[in-house]
Amino acid sequence: MNPVTEKFLKTLANWKGRFTGAYSLREDGCCVEACSTAFVQITPKKDLPGLDIHILPGSQGEVVAVPACVTTGGLDDLAYNDFFISPGAQATILAGCGLHTGDGPPASHSGIHRFFLGAGAKIRYLEKHLGDGGAALRSMGPEAHLQLEEGAQMEMDVAQLGGIDRARRTTQAVLAAGARLTVRESLLTDGAQQARSAFTVLLKGRGASVDLVSRSVARGESRQSYRSQITGSAPCAGRSACDALITGHAQVDAAPALCASHPDAALVHEAAIGRIASQQIYKLRTLGLTQAQAEEEIIKGFLSAPL
Amino acid sequence: MLNLQNIYWAAPDNTPVLRGINLAIKKGRLTVLTGPNGSGKTTLFKLVAGLLPPQSGRILLDGEDITPLDVTQRAQKGVCLAFQQPVGFKGLTIGRLLELAAGEALDEGQRCALLSQVGLAWEEYKDRPADGSLSGGERKRVEIATVLARPGRLLLFDEPEAGLDLWSLAGLLDVFHTLRECRDKGMLLISHQARLLEAADEIIVLAGGRIVGQGPPARILPSLTAENHGPLPRGGGEA
Repeated sequence: MNPVTEKFLKTLANWKGRFTGAYSLREDGCCVEACSTAFVQITPKKDLPGLDIHILPGSQGEVVAVPACVTTGGLDDLAYNDFFISPGAQATILAGCGLHTGDGPPASHSGIHRFFLGAGAKIRYLEKHLGDGGAALRSMGPEAHLQLEEGAQMEMDVAQLGGIDRARRTTQAVLAAGARLTVRESLLTDGAQQARSAFTVLLKGRGASVDLVSRSVARGESRQSYRSQITGSAPCAGRSACDALITGHAQVDAAPALCASHPDAALVHEAAIGRIASQQIYKLRTLGLTQAQAEEEIIKGFLSAPL
Repeated sequence: MLNLQNIYWAAPDNTPVLRGINLAIKKGRLTVLTGPNGSGKTTLFKLVAGLLPPQSGRILLDGEDITPLDVTQRAQKGVCLAFQQPVGFKGLTIGRLLELAAGEALDEGQRCALLSQVGLAWEEYKDRPADGSLSGGERKRVEIATVLARPGRLLLFDEPEAGLDLWSLAGLLDVFHTLRECRDKGMLLISHQARLLEAADEIIVLAGGRIVGQGPPARILPSLTAENHGPLPRGGGEA
């Protein structure tokens, strides 16, 4: 395994020398290792780059890891991964991408993930993205397309940890009756980086609910954009919240939108953008931290704060 | 241990707030600074902690001139400040805040002991963030605990009683008595609270940016009571 990949995996998939459960490791556009288990079958797609992942009936507490690493510049990696989760199955999916470039050509990775959750299925989805290396541009364009059948539940925890110059994230979801989607997104940008995150959620079944929370920190000259549209066409509940901290000359724009076509669709949104409070900095400095250390602590806490 | 020499500070509109303060705080003693609102007490604290630069005068800590040092450098020299109105931190746990204050990793026993001193149970608070989910009184106790966690030489408490109930105030007095017995730290408090004033080794009265009274409680308290037209408050602030 490429040592760069090995380093990324520790962050992306909590890798400690081996995977536990089913996995497929993608490195520089190719699957280099894969393993199915009794309850999780991973097969390569025949017509497109990527995988079909079937989480079978009876799966309880299975872990599936599908990380991707790009370890060199000059590569535009694209993977289509489809997750078919059987009714009642429960699993945790670890995904994400590490992008490493030198000072030469740029690199990018886009993971197009589709999730089909059967009735009563429960999925916890953890996705992390990070980049490192030289000055070459690192880009990503992850997409998640979710279809939740009756009573299905999905909890998404998505983090962009830094080092990505251009990010364009798209999440689309359609929820049937009683389905529940929770999304927690953390974005960190610095320097001249740009990140855009857009959510579109349709609550079309009675009792469907979504809770979108985006926490972001924009530093330096970076730019971030948050868009969300929740549409409720049944008695349902939806919330979209964007909470952003800016430092330096960064810029964040947030536009949560709601659309209700049923009188019992209860939809709310909130967005707050502000700088780090000077009192917070002062308090930590009175504990002996420098200005930079104080900012780091505040940002770390902010991004990890519970929903 | 702390010497203030001819400290002067004026507000941005040039209104003088502190007019030539000279003051000496000794180790192992509890000094309480009191006086009416607007007399310059909190400004003086900010100057000592490095949150404001004095416009003239010198601040000496154990003989070292710390006037040019910023707030971080003064904290590293052992100046600790508990704010009157503690600020909240989203996502920063109480345990992490105590570790930052201590400057090192703390084991569970140490964290538990620190919170016990301010009347909080570690088990109940260990995973809680130091944010707006805490009541004013809880936040105040955590604030005091951060100062107790510091390996400090000079401990500054800005109205430590504010937000505490009577039971907590008694506990706070115990903390100050214990710190005084250690004899290696100086303590300077801002307070209007009778029980803290009575516990002081020395009271300093500030008015109009000047020291207008200084001495032991037995000498200073009667005049304060007379000026207050009645007894001074003996409880905490609002809960």
